[in-house]
Amino acid sequence: MAYIPNTESDRQRMLERIGASSVAELFEQIPTELHMRGTLSLPAPMTEIELRQHFAELASANRSYATFLGAGIYDHYIPSTVPAIIGRAEFYTCYTPYQPEISQGTLQSIFEFQTLICDLTGMDVSNASLYDGATALAEAALMASSITGRTEWVVSECVNPAYRETLRTYAWASGHTLVEAGREGIVTDFAKLSVGSHTACVIVQNPNFFGSLETMADAEKLAHGCGALLVVSSDPISLGLLKPPGAYDADIAVAEGQPLGIPMSFGGPGLGLFACKQQYVRQMPGRVVGATTALAPTDEGECKRGYVLTLQTREQHIRREKATSNICTNQGLCALAATVYLSTLGKNGLRKVAELCVAKSHYLADRIAELPELSVEKVPERVSDASGDFLTRSRAFFKEFVVKCPRPVAQINERLRERGIIGGLDLGRFYADLAGCMLVCATEKRTREEMDAFVETVRCAQNDTAAEVLR
Amino acid sequence: MSVDKTIFEYSSPGRTGVTLPEPDVPTGSVDQYLGAENLRDDLALPELSQIDVIRHFTRLSCANYSVDRGFYPLGSCTMKYNPKINEEVASQPAFAEVHPYADQSLAQGTLRALYETQEFIKAITGFEAVTLQPPAGAQGEFTAMMIFKRHHERAGQSHRRVVIVPDSSHGTNPATAARCGYAVVKVASGSDGQVDLDALRSELSDETAAVMLTNPNTLGLFEANIEKVSEMVHEAGALLYCDGANMNAVMGYYRPGDNGFDAMHLNLHKTFSTPHGGGGPGSGPVAVKKYLEPYLPVPTVGCKDGRYYLDYDRPDSIGRVHGFYGNAAVVLRAYAYILSLGADGLKAVSENAVLNANYLLCRIKTAYEVPYDGRCMHEFVASAAKQKERGVKALDIAKRLIDFGFHPPTIYFPLIVPEALMIEPTETESIETLDAFADAMLAIAREAETEPETVRCAPHDAPIRRLDEAEAARHPQLRWTPPAARKTDNSPAS
Repeated sequence: MAYIPNTESDRQRMLERIGASSVAELFEQIPTELHMRGTLSLPAPMTEIELRQHFAELASANRSYATFLGAGIYDHYIPSTVPAIIGRAEFYTCYTPYQPEISQGTLQSIFEFQTLICDLTGMDVSNASLYDGATALAEAALMASSITGRTEWVVSECVNPAYRETLRTYAWASGHTLVEAGREGIVTDFAKLSVGSHTACVIVQNPNFFGSLETMADAEKLAHGCGALLVVSSDPISLGLLKPPGAYDADIAVAEGQPLGIPMSFGGPGLGLFACKQQYVRQMPGRVVGATTALAPTDEGECKRGYVLTLQTREQHIRREKATSNICTNQGLCALAATVYLSTLGKNGLRKVAELCVAKSHYLADRIAELPELSVEKVPERVSDASGDFLTRSRAFFKEFVVKCPRPVAQINERLRERGIIGGLDLGRFYADLAGCMLVCATEKRTREEMDAFVETVRCAQNDTAAEVLR
Repeated sequence: MSVDKTIFEYSSPGRTGVTLPEPDVPTGSVDQYLGAENLRDDLALPELSQIDVIRHFTRLSCANYSVDRGFYPLGSCTMKYNPKINEEVASQPAFAEVHPYADQSLAQGTLRALYETQEFIKAITGFEAVTLQPPAGAQGEFTAMMIFKRHHERAGQSHRRVVIVPDSSHGTNPATAARCGYAVVKVASGSDGQVDLDALRSELSDETAAVMLTNPNTLGLFEANIEKVSEMVHEAGALLYCDGANMNAVMGYYRPGDNGFDAMHLNLHKTFSTPHGGGGPGSGPVAVKKYLEPYLPVPTVGCKDGRYYLDYDRPDSIGRVHGFYGNAAVVLRAYAYILSLGADGLKAVSENAVLNANYLLCRIKTAYEVPYDGRCMHEFVASAAKQKERGVKALDIAKRLIDFGFHPPTIYFPLIVPEALMIEPTETESIETLDAFADAMLAIAREAETEPETVRCAPHDAPIRRLDEAEAARHPQLRWTPPAARKTDNSPAS
């Protein structure tokens, strides 16, 4: 067997040394009555050749078309440097760097990751990453409660609905109260969020789930005015252009790091980015790497700089039930992908990707808005103002925007699929009042040709359904 | 080799590592689209050419030990070989480029693999329902504890506020229970290293929500009284959880779902060979008995008339524990692994894992104390207590192994064994490798007698010598700062 080197004669030698007559004898530690009867009900084993064929069959049952979906996972370009580095077995087959002497590669790359995330978010400190954007947000809320001693989490309804579902799960399990409110169309009206002396944090996403920019100065006043922490979730690509959470005095900044060089992979693995103010570092969840020096000098008399996992007294393997979190991992390889991504693009590259997203998505929005026989609301703050119209745009948006469709979104998406295009997200799935609205995203990967085809197909879908009605 | 510079020190203004396209659409000014007041002033990312990026990270990689380089006997971590074919088939663009909200007709290949993995896990564990959503083992534990909590709530048993864990448990067990709002009670293990039934009985009460057990436990011993434990736990109205970290020991021999456990998690990055990636991404599916199925996180993957779909119709679900459906790309690798091995292959995995561990135990027990002597399952715990009398600690032995070309075992865990050296060879190692490792352990034991200083100062032959970890924690420097800024920045928080 390819993955098991022991031959029959090896096994015999080993059994002799152990003093056992058979391998089965070793399993007598399991009481006989507990032994499984029969064999595991699994398919017959596949050779490499068969496995490759099987996966080819599965692959042909998937379709990857040009996609206009976003909503938390994005189709950004992954530079060739990223798979080249994370595909190195020295990185992907190593363990958690508990032994720093032989893990400096992983440790230094995490230290660089932490630095890059601080630069990107404008925060003081970053951890080594958490599972994904949703769980990072939930960890931030738990941390806010442990800092403030307060139990209520106030979250804008313009935060990603899947993240709020995750928050709901965590809030229920840990005995916190989650208040979801404040949505006015497709932006947050902070005056509609009620906070008080029991509020641990105000949670805002910027750009929000609809792509719209929030008025972060209002969010900051609201949170800090009641002594709560401001927790901000953002899109890391947007931070190539937009003011980072640190600039509007966020206390904890989280994000889904998937756009930074990680494939969409049906939503996982992602990468939970987590950064906070210096003063909260000892309440932070998750692993963190620190720089230090060697205890003893080299033969040349130099105490070398090196990196170690540090502040481990916050963590479960030391503190057990008193740990800041139960997390026992980071998304190591994904964090490395983000590190290589940001190092490859650099400050001008990331800015350019962000600019391309803005240019393309605004081009697409303008083209949709120009569709004939449809009037367009220019600066509607409320979706309801745009009744029957094709496009609803809030104030500013980054790479996603909301289109109000006169036909069911599912119908339009079906037409798009026939043309080899994946349309936007049907918002009615998460917001009853936004039924008939589509969340559309255009990243730097979408070409003018694809966007024009999108617009043309939507226009035709319009006529098709009109014709159907006439029949 | 060690790497002296950080990526930031290679930066030179104007360089970039990738050429991006010029816009193919008319563009306006960013100020106009986003509002000048919303734009940032600066962005301090490094600027490097492509070769600088590749060389820097390639050099870093060379400072790492890895499974592909050598033996990794880390107890409780199951550092087995990561088959290359799994990487190849699972990383194909057809799987990597699927958006989680794409119409399910476009993701049938991925959904089928996820569905079949759920079925495989049921077969392997003996449980009746599975979620693949938890992205790591600790999140699997959290998911299961929430499922238990919901069950108790529905049964009018919300007063159950205590979770019992043995003193040999993984740290994630008590940490997880605490985050579910439970008080944690620790029970001492018996002198045989197994759950002490009397101690457990005295802690069980009307307030007990659950007991969390690892089986085989962290000493590498099978909990032989598990049926009795299950009976006691259930009589008290509590539920029994299996931490499946050690499933690599028992596949094809023992299924926790058949023997009184109510739920368990698996670590796909341990038993099912997915790469550890320097600490992730992992995957921690949870398997439960039928009566707990309604509480599984939403969505699960279903199949009807040959079509695979995400099942959101779960009104009693605890909710979501991940933004989407878990680490699908990791699950694909585990799926490929199970398909490669089949029933006989997985059984052979456990047989050889147990054989290797027992062989290694026999070889090194001549020089090291083994507190729970006798046969072991897939791992065992030795102690450096004898060596410590000579001033050589478990830590020193671990570091000296680096000089011999091995990754150290897990040390100082489980907490109940002084100077613990927790060794798990896995089935993917040959007798020659095991012998070489045992020889090194014996040589170090001799050094501890004859030249303890050599062991105490190890490693001598590593990219870097021992580091000042106390200083790192006292004055945390958690990010790179330009030399000029170093004096004022990063003052400690407390």
